[in-house]
Amino acid sequence: MQNLDLVIEASGLEKSFSGRAAVCGINLRVPRSGCFGLLGPNGAGKTTTLRMVLGQCRLSGGELRVLGQPMPAAKKSVRARIGVVPQLDNLDPDFTVLENLFVYAAYFGLRRAQVAQRARELLALVELSDRAGTRIGELSGGMKRRLSIARSLINDPEVLILDEPTTGLDPQVRHLIWTRLRGLKREGKTLILTTHYMEEAERLCDRIVIMDHGRIIAEGAPRDLIRQHSEPDVIEVQGAPAELEQRLMALDGGRVERVGETLYFHTGSARNAVALLEPVPDITYLHRPANLEDVFLKLTGRDLRE
Amino acid sequence: MSHPLYFFHGADWAVPRPAPGTFAVWRRNFLVWRKLMGPSLLFNFGEPLLYLLGLGFGLGRFVGEVEGLSYIAFLASGLLASSSMNTATFEGLYSVYTRMVPQQTYDGMLATPVDVDDIVLGEMLWCATKGLISSTAILLVAVGLGALHGWQLLLCLPAFYLTGLCFAGPALVVSSVSKSYDFFAYYVTLAITPMYIFCGVFYPTGALPAFAQSFVSLLPLTHAVALIRPLASGGVPADILLHITVLSFYALAGFYLAVVLVRRRLIQ
Ligand SMILES: Nc1ncnc2c1ncn2[C@@H]1O[C@H](COP(=O)(O)OP(=O)(O)OP(=O)(O)O)[C@@H](O)[C@H]1O
Ligand SMILES: [Mg+2]
Repeated sequence: MQNLDLVIEASGLEKSFSGRAAVCGINLRVPRSGCFGLLGPNGAGKTTTLRMVLGQCRLSGGELRVLGQPMPAAKKSVRARIGVVPQLDNLDPDFTVLENLFVYAAYFGLRRAQVAQRARELLALVELSDRAGTRIGELSGGMKRRLSIARSLINDPEVLILDEPTTGLDPQVRHLIWTRLRGLKREGKTLILTTHYMEEAERLCDRIVIMDHGRIIAEGAPRDLIRQHSEPDVIEVQGAPAELEQRLMALDGGRVERVGETLYFHTGSARNAVALLEPVPDITYLHRPANLEDVFLKLTGRDLRE
Repeated sequence: MSHPLYFFHGADWAVPRPAPGTFAVWRRNFLVWRKLMGPSLLFNFGEPLLYLLGLGFGLGRFVGEVEGLSYIAFLASGLLASSSMNTATFEGLYSVYTRMVPQQTYDGMLATPVDVDDIVLGEMLWCATKGLISSTAILLVAVGLGALHGWQLLLCLPAFYLTGLCFAGPALVVSSVSKSYDFFAYYVTLAITPMYIFCGVFYPTGALPAFAQSFVSLLPLTHAVALIRPLASGGVPADILLHITVLSFYALAGFYLAVVLVRRRLIQ
């Protein structure tokens, strides 16, 4: 059954590259409007999934509908309604900032006169108005990213796909991008975002999916995921002796995890733990609410990927 | 890479269906060219001027007439064909590879309604356009030097374009299977340069030994020369349909193969 309120509807979606599985039969339903986050460690299959959604990559198995249309058969009409910020910038180095927008608009069949006004507005939106005539090679990483975002909006898309839009950017640029993305969400656009910054996902996303090794391992609203998968509080202790670890473990409703010199105590009753830690000399501790990163690390483990 | 059909493993052989996006691809390249038009045209006009002055007049004094043409007219009309070949080939190799691999220009296009079929056709039309520009520059130089003349020269223009298309397809095929720029040396040294030397640009193919003549008659540049030289010198090409058919065949086969291979490279 096709559902017009779904931007993406995938069932049993698979992709393998020369026999090596990258996406292993995922079922994905992305609702219209709001921000949908796709999280996962390096190599989890996020970019590959998004490339299939855009018809940039063939399916090895499963079924995929985007905006109600079958993929990859309908890729041209689907892409006409989507804006894309790719993981790696592919701005056209042979053109200036403003020309990049015009040339890109032409790929959508939009003429320069039709988008002249819009292009100026988009440059203003990402605060690049004073760089309109600059060549791409002279832009900083943050400027390129902002231009990529402006470019992705040139066709006034219903859906925006952003693959790690803020990786490697300074806090100022990240905050600007977050503000703009919230604005776009309010305009009713659907955002689909991947990120390695959990606080970014927590701030922006209404729903998230966590992928690992090509599979979906958790799905839900960030708050719900934190509630389901983690105790409400975390106490991080530096320099705790083994004896202290034993005493923390003895408290009920807690979970102790040691990573190098740091002890993570996940608990529902932080008060007891704080009472226990307060008098201990030579340690430092930090008490904070559980966040999405705790859930992410719990579900995907602490081992390095790749 | 062990299997001879490695390049086609898992290929998508669906019939190409280019759409209006083709023109946007062509236009992108045109806009870039227009920015650097000055140096580009200087090269287009300067090089043949040197060739025709140096070889045409210089060598021509020793050679005299060839096939009823002054050597400079013979050489100019041969260069008209080889220039479309060389220009379309180099655009289809270096420029296309640059856009495909280091610049990722096509990846950007593939997030829009432009798809592989449009990219390949747009690039082929652009390669042929550049071939047309360079051959037309030679034509103007030759006319300026008094080597060629007459209204019939206008009939050469479609022949230049067809020659460009004929060589654009194979160049795109080579680009699409190359791992780096170095790979082009094989194609240029083994295919393009031999054609330049042996297919009748500098001397009539009749000068070659019989076995070589029959081999050379299969090569596209021979047909481009046989089509363009008479048109440039006021005659009617013998076997005109044969030449057009051979050139069109290379263009179409090259297009189809390039689409299949570029699909495989870009849409994994
Ligand atoms: N073109 C390709 N050829 C071969 N393998 C590929 C290709 N693209 C991706 N892969 C493999 O597929 C797996 C998933 O990669 P993908 O890029 O989708 O991960 P990701 O979740 O986007 O990771 P990251 O967070 O690092 O961007 C990886 O193991 C990767 O090596
Ligand atoms: Mg990725």
